[in-house]
Amino acid sequence: MKIAVCVKQVPDTWAEKKLRSDDSRLDREAADGVLNELDEYAVEQALQITEALGGEVVIVTMGPERAAETLRKAISMGADAGIHLVDDHLAGSDAIATSAALAKALEGRGFDLILFGSESTDARMSVIPAMIAERLDLPQVTFAQKVDVSGTTLTAERVTDYGYDVLTTELPAVVSVVEKINEPRYPSFKGIMAAKKKPVETLTVGDLGLEASVVGAAAAWSAVADFAARPPKAAGVVVTDEGNGGTKIAEYLTSQKFI
Amino acid sequence: MSDVIVLAEHFDSEVKKVTLELVTAARSLGSPVVLWLGAGCTDSVVETMGSFGASQVLVADSDAVRNHPVAPGAEIVAELIGSMSPAAVLVASSADGKEIAARAAIKSGSGIITDAVEIAADGTVTQSVFGGSTIVHSKVTHGTPIITVRPNAIPATQAPTTATKTDITPAVSEAAQKVTITNRAVVEKGARPELAEAEIVVSGGRGVGGAEGFGVIEQLADSLNGAVGASRAATDAGWYPHQFQVGQTGKTVSPQLYIANGISGAIQHRAGMQTSKVVVVVNKDPEAPIFELADYGVVGDLFSVVPQLTQEISSRK
Ligand SMILES: Cc1cc2nc3c(=O)[nH]c(=O)nc-3n(C[C@H](O)[C@H](O)[C@H](O)COP(=O)(O)OP(=O)(O)OC[C@H]3O[C@@H](n4cnc5c(N)ncnc54)[C@H](O)[C@@H]3O)c2cc1C
Ligand SMILES: Nc1ncnc2c1ncn2[C@@H]1O[C@H](COP(=O)(O)O)[C@@H](O)[C@H]1O
Repeated sequence: MKIAVCVKQVPDTWAEKKLRSDDSRLDREAADGVLNELDEYAVEQALQITEALGGEVVIVTMGPERAAETLRKAISMGADAGIHLVDDHLAGSDAIATSAALAKALEGRGFDLILFGSESTDARMSVIPAMIAERLDLPQVTFAQKVDVSGTTLTAERVTDYGYDVLTTELPAVVSVVEKINEPRYPSFKGIMAAKKKPVETLTVGDLGLEASVVGAAAAWSAVADFAARPPKAAGVVVTDEGNGGTKIAEYLTSQKFI
Repeated sequence: MSDVIVLAEHFDSEVKKVTLELVTAARSLGSPVVLWLGAGCTDSVVETMGSFGASQVLVADSDAVRNHPVAPGAEIVAELIGSMSPAAVLVASSADGKEIAARAAIKSGSGIITDAVEIAADGTVTQSVFGGSTIVHSKVTHGTPIITVRPNAIPATQAPTTATKTDITPAVSEAAQKVTITNRAVVEKGARPELAEAEIVVSGGRGVGGAEGFGVIEQLADSLNGAVGASRAATDAGWYPHQFQVGQTGKTVSPQLYIANGISGAIQHRAGMQTSKVVVVVNKDPEAPIFELADYGVVGDLFSVVPQLTQEISSRK
């Protein structure tokens, strides 16, 4: 079983996120970069599958130089190798271009499974897994809360508005996972040391066989016109319950015409 | 006037409110043409679509659409983009909606913008990002704009016309049928409004203390005709079903009123409720970060505050 896990470096979950005024892009320098926490569940799932069935786990990321730390962090959970797409031409890529680059990097390497988190905490689009499935013409099983692999058949529970659907398909397949699926392990000291020696391949746009004109900001198919910080919300009223807290809220709700 | 394709969001023959919001938004861009995938498009559904301004309802129902997720829908949307050259395609920001939009964008060579909260007549999209702290205006610059719209952001208004219903039978490729739905687990929804669409949401967290504790949350929700939500701590503990989780990995809600009870306000929870118009908080810890979002907050024990509130509401009605 050969599994790829796509992970993204995102600004620290608690950091205030801001767009840059010159190019309307997320200011990634302003905050520490961390492994997108939903991607940890994808790495964990890959490790559990290869621990049960044998095989290899390759972590794949696209991002600037410093995303290499995130790649190592994911490898230190127990993966075998990494692929890092890093090229200034990739800067400013939208989801369409990101999926084009990732698809090229994943193509033709014989992966049986390509795993993703269900969304990145910065972009929050939840579209990359579906776009990769589309580009590679692979079955897509997304928002999985349970995944079983038996032979070449994959069975999964896909979370829906009304509950879940049970899906089956044949490998190779694209899978994205939700946080209910498992409990990601912490990298062990041994894992952290071993990760330093695991092979990491770096790829440029040229290596991917893509024209520089199809990725990056200039190739984006949508553009930000302008942005503004939302005016800060007026500070609310907080009172301590003295036996009439419920009545106080009712008075507030009446004043706001909810009652 | 050019057509605007609206992908209907529905569960069996129940139209979701967001579909009417999409039709309303589509009117400012052109003539709304609703695409209904799967079964359940009754005459009364078509009539409803018409009353919100849809000129046509196209029904694509086949085994391929019913039994395989996402990929068939994406093929049909892309095909209609090719044959109708619409001014835009509007889709709900649900899991299926975003993924159909994503794949149709690649197939048709179109740009995509997700989670719109407003769409102007010139196609400029407003998004509320980073938990509502930043307002962004953007536009699709390539191909047919494919826009996913957040439920509860654009109020649905009527604009009565008569919609015609047409069955279309687009071919769906083998490749789009590689994943099969073998079983559908439907959790009883009950009489309350649907969480993502509700005007009022009353949520409980770890502070509710157990499954029985959700009784007081449900009573408050019912007194306000609201939906019940829960934090992940509460759903993970099995106190309330997962379908009701609010947050990053649960539902995103944007109601007029959100009442958070016994919820600390972790960033992942806020990610799903931060754009609520009015936030009321009940928590016994004055330091709980959720108070930062509160328009009105009470520091106190939810088991005395919430029942009193429910009582007051009933007596004031
Ligand atoms: C990848 C990932 C995804 C996540 N996704 C989500 C998500 O989608 N949604 C989500 O909610 N969380 C999510 N979380 C979890 C999140 O980080 C928090 O752990 C969770 O939101 C905490 O829930 P809580 O506020 O109910 O519990 P706690 O943080 O334990 O807070 C309980 C609160 O109740 C108060 N309290 C206790 N007793 C009473 C009482 N009698 N009366 C009044 N107040 C009382 C306490 O003062 C405290 O503030 C996610 C986490 C991760 C890592
Ligand atoms: N730059 C990237 N490099 C590698 N994987 C990515 C990248 N961006 C997104 N992904 C993957 O796609 C998932 C969904 O991201 P998104 O569509 O941005 O919400 C993430 O959880 C990652 O698994």
